[in-house]
Amino acid sequence: MSFSVTEPAKSTKWIAGILVVGYAIITLIPLLWIIATGFKSPTDSIAYPPVVVFEPTLEGYVNLFTDRTRATEQMLEEAGPPETWYEEIVRARGTVISGPSRYGERFLNSVIIGFGSTALCMILGTMAAYAFSRFKVPLKDDLLFFILSTRMMPPIAVAIPIFLMFRNLGLNDTHLGMILLYTAVNLSLSVWLLKGFIDEIPIEYEEAALIDGYTRFQAFYKVVLPQAATGIASTAIFCLIFAWNEYAFAVLLTSGTAQTAPPFIPTIIGTSGKDWPAVAAGATIFLVPVMVFTILLRKHLLRGITFGAVRK
Amino acid sequence: MAQIRIENVRKDFGSFNAVKSSTFTIEDGEFFMLLGPSGCGKTTTLRMMAGLELPTSGKIYIDGEEVGMKPASQRDIAFVFQMFALYPHMNVGKNISYPLLSQGMPKAQVRTKVAEIAEILGISDILKKPVGGLSGGDRQRVALGRAIVRNPKAFLMDEPLGALDAEFRERMSEELRALHDRMGATTVYVTHDQLEAMQMGDKIVVMNHGVVEQFGVPQDIYDWPATKFVAAFIGSPPMNFLDFNGMVGIGANEVRLGDAAMSIPSSLEGANGALTFGVRPEHVKLDDSASYRGKVKAVEYLGTTQIITLDTPNGVLKARVASSDVVTVGATTGLRFDPRTITLFDAKSGKALRSEANQGVLAHG
Repeated sequence: MSFSVTEPAKSTKWIAGILVVGYAIITLIPLLWIIATGFKSPTDSIAYPPVVVFEPTLEGYVNLFTDRTRATEQMLEEAGPPETWYEEIVRARGTVISGPSRYGERFLNSVIIGFGSTALCMILGTMAAYAFSRFKVPLKDDLLFFILSTRMMPPIAVAIPIFLMFRNLGLNDTHLGMILLYTAVNLSLSVWLLKGFIDEIPIEYEEAALIDGYTRFQAFYKVVLPQAATGIASTAIFCLIFAWNEYAFAVLLTSGTAQTAPPFIPTIIGTSGKDWPAVAAGATIFLVPVMVFTILLRKHLLRGITFGAVRK
Repeated sequence: MAQIRIENVRKDFGSFNAVKSSTFTIEDGEFFMLLGPSGCGKTTTLRMMAGLELPTSGKIYIDGEEVGMKPASQRDIAFVFQMFALYPHMNVGKNISYPLLSQGMPKAQVRTKVAEIAEILGISDILKKPVGGLSGGDRQRVALGRAIVRNPKAFLMDEPLGALDAEFRERMSEELRALHDRMGATTVYVTHDQLEAMQMGDKIVVMNHGVVEQFGVPQDIYDWPATKFVAAFIGSPPMNFLDFNGMVGIGANEVRLGDAAMSIPSSLEGANGALTFGVRPEHVKLDDSASYRGKVKAVEYLGTTQIITLDTPNGVLKARVASSDVVTVGATTGLRFDPRTITLFDAKSGKALRSEANQGVLAHG
């Protein structure tokens, strides 16, 4: 048996591994529950004790994306035999599809508003952070404190003034309004996080670029931005997660055209009884974009690209 | 290639005065050293030439054109940073080609040019490598490549060897000097290492506390320091200072250190009061017949020579003598100074008194 200073013993590794995996499973149970419920039949979804093994069905997903009406025998006869697999599922419940549901639109709104505000937040945030990091800004510390202070209360505390302001500006229930709102809330976080990352980048790189004949702005986007990629990626994930999941403002300020998915998902329940599988399906699909975005940027998060280029 | 002229340049950072009214000229093709201790304003001076700092007042001319307020990108100079500042997200070849791309040079031409430079620097085999894993010497070569690739008017280097290990430093300093001689480009080089300055420079400016103390060729600066600071900063061990009270008249050939009369180069300046007698260690001879005496405190053996530390009536003195001389610690011995090499300083202002020997050197100091 040999000991090593840096390598833990095999048994320690096993115990640590089991603990981590066990903890991960426990924290992921609600997620697994939601995903499973999306594939359950309405009966299975409310069964007690809960069923773990069940026959999966896509009914929840079909219900999520469609509006249905109860059909009379006559209507069913007129409609003829079901042409598609989803019509078949709907017919089995004695209903017919009356049209697509609003979920698709709401989901698209979430994408536009979530990614739009994240992009805007990154553009404004990197430029502001760069200026705070590199230039002599009058009252710099006070300004930075002010920016941070916008985070010192829950954003919803200012819901009423914002509601009134939006109404007067005609921003109620518009994509632009929601993008601006989420950008405003996230900007303090992104400026502070990005300033930290940009502070870490030695100023010599920009000076080298200036000497090499590039303008300040070229130096910023050709030399600073690539090196701040790690910081930009992680900040973008934070901003997107907030904007994507935000519920309270969305309920308050959107109702139709610009309504995002979070306030819409609970309304699915009400249409025809307690349709938990459809709600779960809506939540499951809703998880996907943030997960994909995070996985795509994970490479950036883990890559320390500045390593070794400047000798410290 | 260009002449660089600095006229009354001053730089303040808030209330801190980094450079006080510097004036000197760097001739076309010179290898010019800016030498001084840290915080003396040498790097600030260099950065003002580059356009990375703007002077508070004064003028900077490159090739006769006033550039003091021009942005760095329009000055056509290259800068080698102490920490290299290679672009970490680009490979070696891309780093070297980057200054050319800003000029809009066609891709094919860029490739030929980069290959040519890589050949000169002996880094052709690493062009495709990322800069992260390179050794210190190779990074230094890439930084040089990026500097020389577009034939700038001048190279400005901020302690380029400072980040290298001792073994590399020797080699790179030779490579640098050879490169300079081959390209014939005006080079301004900042260092705090007096040996590096003496070894590589055609001319040296010695700075201290934002002031140019002396300006000239290495030999002159070593032999005829204009101030006590220069005398102490250059040379290892530095010049000996023997403080005494006395007077020296215009045309005097002798001063009295206590009872002993010392010959000096004929003085062109009179002074009275607190003076300093400056003599380099290698110009001190041990001679028992001399009347000026010192007591040996310590002996450092250095191979061909040895450094003797002595107590004299005017303070501690170091002498560099041949190793063959037999010296015993505690013994008292007579000391003789080579009269042709003596510099007298005004002890208070630290300025050298002009004599027939140093007047030519001090004239442009």
